[in-house]
This record gives sequence, structure tokens and C-alpha cells, in this order.
Amino acid sequence: MGFFFEVLIAGLLSGVMYSLVALGFVLIYKASGVFNFAQGSLVFFAALTFVGLMEHHLSFGVALVVTLLVMIAVGLAIERFVLRPLVNQPQISLFMATIGLSFFIEGLAQLVWGASVRGLDLGIQDEPIAWISDRTGINISKFDLMAAGIAAVLVIALALFFNRTRIVRALRAVADDHQAALAVGIPLQQIWAIVWAVAGFVALVTGLLWGARNGVQFALTFVALKALPVLILGGFESIPGAIVGGLIIGATEKLAEVFVGPYVGGGIEGWFPYVLALMFLLVRPEGLFGEKIIRRI
Amino acid sequence: MSAQPDPGRQVALSVNNIEVIYDHVILVLRGVSLEVPDGGIVALLGANGAGKTTTLKAISNLLHAERGEVTKGAIEFRGQRVDRLTPNDLVRRGVCQVMEGRHCFAHLTVEENLLTGAFTRKGSRADIAQALEKVYHYFPRLKERRASLAGYTSGGEQQMTAIGRALMAQPTMILLDEPSMGLAPQIVEEIFAIVGDLNARERVSFLLAEQNTMVALRHANYGYILENGRVVMDGQASDLANNEDVKEFYLGLSTAGRRSFRDVKHYRRRKRWLA
Ligand SMILES: Nc1ncnc2c1ncn2[C@@H]1O[C@H](COP(=O)(O)OP(=O)(O)OP(=O)(O)O)[C@@H](O)[C@H]1O
Ligand SMILES: [Mg+2]
Repeated sequence: MGFFFEVLIAGLLSGVMYSLVALGFVLIYKASGVFNFAQGSLVFFAALTFVGLMEHHLSFGVALVVTLLVMIAVGLAIERFVLRPLVNQPQISLFMATIGLSFFIEGLAQLVWGASVRGLDLGIQDEPIAWISDRTGINISKFDLMAAGIAAVLVIALALFFNRTRIVRALRAVADDHQAALAVGIPLQQIWAIVWAVAGFVALVTGLLWGARNGVQFALTFVALKALPVLILGGFESIPGAIVGGLIIGATEKLAEVFVGPYVGGGIEGWFPYVLALMFLLVRPEGLFGEKIIRRI
Repeated sequence: MSAQPDPGRQVALSVNNIEVIYDHVILVLRGVSLEVPDGGIVALLGANGAGKTTTLKAISNLLHAERGEVTKGAIEFRGQRVDRLTPNDLVRRGVCQVMEGRHCFAHLTVEENLLTGAFTRKGSRADIAQALEKVYHYFPRLKERRASLAGYTSGGEQQMTAIGRALMAQPTMILLDEPSMGLAPQIVEEIFAIVGDLNARERVSFLLAEQNTMVALRHANYGYILENGRVVMDGQASDLANNEDVKEFYLGLSTAGRRSFRDVKHYRRRKRWLA
């Protein structure tokens, strides 16, 4: 039983990390109705910039602040140069733009900082917390717990920030119909600028935590793919959905790997979330907390 | 300028010889001038593609989202140039557009749709609740449907939602684009009656783009007829409604023998040129 809980907790903790990634997507989706393909690249870009600055002997704090400013600037630039000309265009155009954007950002990051794999040390050890293992026999990684804690704080802060009804309503309106939102006086451009700057910030935190765990490398961009089942499960436009979806995916994939994996030869962690999401899609296409799909207008 | 809808009242909105170009090359408005007096209802008439929507969007500045641009002329609202303002600024100043085709937020309930209209308002919760009640007073039907998703409501209800949503911003001028589109005659009458009510009791001025010439002229004080991006005729609504050419070409009624459309168009242009 102790082992079951150990796996469950490890799963939930990694699930919080998935929630964090998914959150970056949810923000953009809420405000423009578009799956932001470039979120993974932003994560990569943020982590690489941070590590690059550290290599130039900036202190941790300074590097963090500079990277944050860079990410906000990137968010604002994206609004100004990519999104603004695309107001009122079909959503598929916006989606394509984010694909283009992701290649651009990846290229830019590697152009500036090089393409070698780097380590990132946040000063937290990835070792079991002795205090807990002694008493309960359950091993919980210190790093996972810290990362989950940081992610949780961020997720809650954003949930509160985006919970003010007036803002939420405006975001939903914008996602539904750009031009109508403009017509009633919702300042689309400011809203997009804010949301992208926040998405840049989320990408920074995600990049640091995932980068510290797996190394800062190109593979960070695939974090985006991890978010997909979370989003399908939780609903693309829901912050609570991202949280719950992340936890479910994190927990079930670890449990499935450990308890089901041995019977089928292991390695199911990689695809299990997608199958889960697929099954979910058949039953509830809008996700747990997503907006109902309107079938007639 | 020959356009003088009502010399007795102050001019609220004046559009002065504007030219609009889409995508840098498509010239759509070739010098449109019009005026809307304070508290008036002015109809903007014309066939498909005449430029009615473009004129309204030039005023509300939604043109940018369509890759369109006002390249010549000026637009003034209460004596101030407004052609460089954002739609957000315009709404704050009291000019609000109700777009052709309603454009309700499908995933929001009727009430949430209405509340989005209050985005620019600084007022307290109580003020906004009061504004909501006022909208429900004018559109009792919306109150019944307040909790339904707008995407599931009927065309008439969506049109009412769109007008109600604009009212929530407390505008002094509403640019209303084809409210009758796709609606049954009774609903059209109901909506126009409410427009008349809002005009009389709330002193909201309306610039009303319509293809439904007859209905529009019945409720408006003054009318402009657009053709190919130009104003070809304007006058008191009752005069226009009784004008032989208008009857023939826009209402499909004819007393005299049929003449060629081209002749009349030419004659119209000449007349405007000389005026
Ligand atoms: N975004 C756009 N890009 C290019 N051309 C446009 C655009 N919008 C409208 N036009 C063109 O401008 C002209 C006027 O269009 P507009 O929509 O203003 O007409 P309208 O009088 O409102 O017509 P309707 O009664 O059909 O609504 C049309 O020829 C149309 O093809
Ligand atoms: Mg039109």
C-alpha cells in the first residue's frame, strides 16, 4: 500500500508540472480561441535565455529578472507583430501563425545561445525527503515537491487573477468573436498583450522547472505535447481544468506504468495519456470544465 | 454640402467626404458625406455592396480589423475628429456599433452577452444592474431568455441581444447595421418599434444601414442612398419614400413605364454633380 501511495504522490507531483505547461496554453486559448503551438518554444527560449545569462556570470536573481523582462518583451512583440495584423482572421490562420512563430523562436534561441544541451541547477536536490521516508516509508523527491509547490503557487495566483468576472467575460467574448468584442469596446490589443506577457512568464517558470529536471535542450519544446492530453481532459479554456487534468494525467500515467506496465512489457507512460485523452474525447469532447460546444447558430 | 438632415438640431456625427480603401487597393467608398443630428434616426440605404457597412465601420473604426483604411476625408463626433480613435475610445465617447449579422458571443448566455457591453463603464455594480434592468425593460423577451446560451437563441432574440449589449455601454449614438436581416416581418417591426422608443425616450441617435428600404424609411427621419460607394440621393424620409425613382429601384414599385437603370443612375449622378 505504501508503494501505491508513493507512486500516486510522485504522479500527482509530476501532474502539477503538466498543469503548469497546460496553463500557458489555457491563457492564450481563453483570450483568442487558438491553440498556441509556440508555447513549447517559449518554454525552451526562456530556459535557454536564463541558462545563457547565468553562463555570463549574472547572479541567479539578476538572470531571473532579465529573463522575465525578455519574456514579457517577447509576449508584447508577438502581439504587436504577429497577432495584431491577424485580428478577425479565421482561427486557423492564427494557429498557423503560432506554428511559424514556434520555429522562429526556436531558431532565434539557438542562434543567440547555441544548441548545446545544458544543465540547470536551481539548488534543490532530487532526493527523497528523509523526514517522510523515515516515518512512513514513502519516498518523495524533494525536487518534485518544491517544483510542485512553485507551480501550485503560480497556478493559484493566475486562477485568482483571471477569476475576476469582468476580465473573464471579456476574455471569453474575445475568444468567441474578435470583431464583436472590439465593437462593444473591449480593448482587444491590450488584452492580448497582457495575456501573452503572462504566458511568457508562465513559460519562464515552466522552463526553469522542466529544464532543471531534464536539462535545457531542444526536447523542452516537446513539453507542449505533454500538455495536449491535459487540455483535452480538462478543457482548453479552463484554468481549473488544467489543474485537474494535469493531476489526473500525472497520477494515472505513473500508476498505469507501474501497475499495468509489467503485464504489457512496460513503456506505457509515453502513450497512456493520449489514449486516455482519446477515450475522453469520445465521451466528453469539451473536456471536464471546457465550454459547451455550440452545435447551431 | 447638400446634406442637412435637420437644421433645427445640433449635428452629432458628421462624415465628410471620406474615401475608404481595403487591402491598400480596393477602393470602396469614393467620397461619402453624411450627417446625423443629435437625437435623429438616419437611414443609410442601398443595394448589396453599396458600401453601407463600410461606412458604419469607418465611423466605429472597426475597419482596421478588416484591413480597411480611411484614406481621405474626416469624421467628426460632437465637433471632434474621431477617425484616429480605437473602437474602445469611441465606445467610451458614446458611439457603439451593432454589427450586421448580430455577432452575439455564442458561448455566453444572453445576460453575459449584455454584460460584456458594460466593459468600458466605470460604474458600480448597482449602476450596471440598473442598466441591465433597463435593457430588460425594453426587451422583455431577453429577460425570459437571460440564462440561455446566445448561440441557441433565435435570430430575433440575437438581434435584440446585440442591440441590448450596445445599450449597456450607454451610447448616445448607435450604428445599427441591417437589423432586419433574415428576420420575419413581425420581428422586424418589433425591433424597429423598440429603436423608435429608445430614440424617443433615451435620446439615442441612430445611423441605420438597411436594405429593407420601406421599413427603414418609415422609422427614420432622414435618409441617404448609397450606390457604388457614393451618396446618390438624400432627403427627408417621407420625401424619399414618395420619390418615383426610389420607389422604382429600391421598393420595386413603379408608376411610370420602366426606364433603364443606367439612365436613372446617370441622371442621378448629373444632378448631384450640379447641386
Ligand atoms: N474586408 C473587405 N475587403 C475587401 N473588400 C471588401 C471588404 N469588405 C467589403 N468589401 C467590398 O466593399 C464593397 C462594399 O461592401 P459593404 O459591405 O460596405 O456593402 P453593404 O452596402 O454593407 O452591402 P450589404 O447590403 O450586402 O451588407 C463591396 O463591394 C465589398 O465586396
Ligand atoms: Mg452591409
